[in-house]
Amino acid sequence: MAAPGQSQRPTAGGSHGVSERSHEPVLQQFPEAEWDEAAGAIIAPLGQARALAEWLLGQGVDYCSNVTGVDYLEREVKEKVTGEDGKVETVTRTEPGRMDVVYHLYSMRKQTGPLVLKQRTGREHPQVQSLTPVWRSCELQEREVYDLFGVDFTGHPDQRRILMWDEFEGHPMRKDYTEPFDYEWEPTPHDEILDKHQRGKVIV
Amino acid sequence: MSSATATAPNYELIQQDGLDTGLLEVSMGPHHPSTHGVFRMDVKLDGETVVDLSPVFGYLHRNHEKLAENMSYLGSMPFTDRLDYFNSMTNNWAYALAAEKLVEIEVPERAEYLRVIMAELTRLVNHLSLVGFFVNDLGALGTPLLYAFREREKILDLFEQASGARMMCNYFRFGGLRNDVPEGWLDRAREVVDRFPVFLDEYEKLLCENEIILSRTQGVGNLSRDLAISAGITGPMLRASGERYDLRKVDRYGIYDRFQFRVPYSDGDVGDCYDRFIVRMLEMRESIGILKQALDGIEHGPVLGNAPKVFKPKPAEVYGRVEAPKGELGFYLIADGTPKPYRYRVRPPSLINLTVLRDMCLGQKVADAVIILGSIDIVLGEVDR
Amino acid sequence: MSLLGGGILKGMAVTLRNFVGSYFDRDRLTTNDYAWRAGDSLPQHAGEYPKEEGEQLRDTTTVSQYSRNFPMLLHDEGEAMDTIRCVACQICERECPPQCIYIEKSTEKMERGGNKAQFYPAKFDIDVSVCMSCQICVEVCPFDAIVMNSQFELSTSNRFGGLLLRRDDLLKSNGYYHKIHPEEAAARDRRMAEEKAAKEAKKKAAAEAARKKAEEKAKAEAEADDKKQEDTQ
Repeated sequence: MAAPGQSQRPTAGGSHGVSERSHEPVLQQFPEAEWDEAAGAIIAPLGQARALAEWLLGQGVDYCSNVTGVDYLEREVKEKVTGEDGKVETVTRTEPGRMDVVYHLYSMRKQTGPLVLKQRTGREHPQVQSLTPVWRSCELQEREVYDLFGVDFTGHPDQRRILMWDEFEGHPMRKDYTEPFDYEWEPTPHDEILDKHQRGKVIV
Repeated sequence: MSSATATAPNYELIQQDGLDTGLLEVSMGPHHPSTHGVFRMDVKLDGETVVDLSPVFGYLHRNHEKLAENMSYLGSMPFTDRLDYFNSMTNNWAYALAAEKLVEIEVPERAEYLRVIMAELTRLVNHLSLVGFFVNDLGALGTPLLYAFREREKILDLFEQASGARMMCNYFRFGGLRNDVPEGWLDRAREVVDRFPVFLDEYEKLLCENEIILSRTQGVGNLSRDLAISAGITGPMLRASGERYDLRKVDRYGIYDRFQFRVPYSDGDVGDCYDRFIVRMLEMRESIGILKQALDGIEHGPVLGNAPKVFKPKPAEVYGRVEAPKGELGFYLIADGTPKPYRYRVRPPSLINLTVLRDMCLGQKVADAVIILGSIDIVLGEVDR
Repeated sequence: MSLLGGGILKGMAVTLRNFVGSYFDRDRLTTNDYAWRAGDSLPQHAGEYPKEEGEQLRDTTTVSQYSRNFPMLLHDEGEAMDTIRCVACQICERECPPQCIYIEKSTEKMERGGNKAQFYPAKFDIDVSVCMSCQICVEVCPFDAIVMNSQFELSTSNRFGGLLLRRDDLLKSNGYYHKIHPEEAAARDRRMAEEKAAKEAKKKAAAEAARKKAEEKAKAEAEADDKKQEDTQ
């Protein structure tokens, strides 16, 4: 607990009093884990997320605050590469689409955090390990990720849709989801407005 | 605390000779008055005892996150009001805090003070009405709730004068506030804050020693500290289970490090409905203390920092969280260099606090399930988003 | 707890106090008639509600001056369409979160108040059944042309289109704005005047600089001419 008189303000982008190197012990323990500097996240090695989470729990990371999915479509990245002869060339490469499941972890006892843990999987039939047996707070949130992104959590005790109804098809938070155009509305003067926006807006 | 999955206590159906005592399945909700909105519980009952319970969500789902991803950053600010519609000010703050991390805007001093004032007034409003609803669930129909609403109205008048709307305030902006409070507002706020303890005394006299409340709430809906931490319970509910974790002290976001206040928590490792009720009553007292200090410390100055005219942050990922009256409200934003967020995620305290609803209700009477739900303090706008 | 039931008796005393007190102290009334709050120091509502059917409300005093409801379009003093501030730039239409604004730009430009000729909205509709009173249109408008109205008596018997406010329903004078939101309107006018003054000062300075430059240029040319003449001589 911070002493009441202590008046050290956390910086806006800072990590709230936690040492910036909190990921290093994790990388030592799990050498296959990657560290994503830009996102400030540990990417769990495939199939080891559960073991990593259990190890973290043993280290006092007892509180999993936020669980969510992020959908990355396949996209083309243009990069400037300096060739051997010193020429700068623009190279286009295709970055494959992927699905991330992001966990924001804190320690209540030590009052540290956040430690961002990511599980990375493909967009087709995404499957990751459920961390619900480690942190109970993942239960409803992983169900939500399953519902809205279609990520399959192996080992989840109760995986079913949570916000959408059971018969619903598709996963609405995916970036390539197109909403079915089956709405019925009465002929009100809103229609021209709605039509205009439907035309003007690209629904991805 | 390692094994955290829910285990139903071994339950044996009471069988009596000649009596057919099957389990009764009851669907409570979505239009059950005690469920605070459109929330449904599928309850399995043996007599009056809850044998199994599963919450059903989604009746108010409008995919707020998808909406926000198709909208400018500023455009989803009014939608955050509609998450937890009791506490629009703290919702605004959480979102502004996350967005400010993306572009690192400095918030002016006066705006920081006003943010604290607004957030603490919101906490008063929330806890006040929660206590009213809670005793309403217990059977004290109307009277305590209306007393609470009478006082709440005074604070909502203040919100209206500052922001133009009583509940959907849409008052915070990236880098400060939309506008300064009108002249004389601070004096009126001080008047409300000064008169509030008088009402609280009366309210405590009305409720805290009432034998019916004591017997209905003590020992009902027990939640152990270990389970609370593992299940990500936050806010007053966590503190009622004995963990002293308050983001105002831990993160010290905004200018909370300048104020002297205590964090009420229950001593002991298990919290029941009464603990949750009392922790909220005590928190209101602390909020009044913070408000008094903030109203004393506020000075003149600008309320909006040098926010960019077009909000277009560089690619980054941030997670900003505040201590909303219901628990930790977090916003996870991924910017990709366009004026729209690539990923926008709300961490709803109401939803995550419901994780343990089943664990708390098993083995209790069905009437107590209603109280337990009431003591969690949920708003369906936030649960379903 | 000394006496069983003591807590309940204490609570009953509180309700009794509130019950009796409500005859003497308006603050203890749990349900408050809006008209009763007139003159109270705290709530700023000098409000009243029609007691009888057909009684006309004084439109501007029914709600607090800070309250906002739905947007309206401002025009300056004079004929509404001649002095409309909106130039149909469509920023509000783009920024509106629930997308309830519909604008059609005029085909020809119109001059107003001695300013540069600008477009005007041929159509400006706000669907108030969609509008969520968030005030973002007001914030993004660079011309101070759209502000919030506080009128709330909008119920209509026409299901189709009754809640679609057309441009002419939305047009309100600046005087009306001053009447419903005195403080805000005064602040806005002050700011607009300042901006205008700053703009004019800038214009003046620019004109001054241009004149000076032209003078210098003329001077230099004249000097050059003189020199040329001297050279030829």
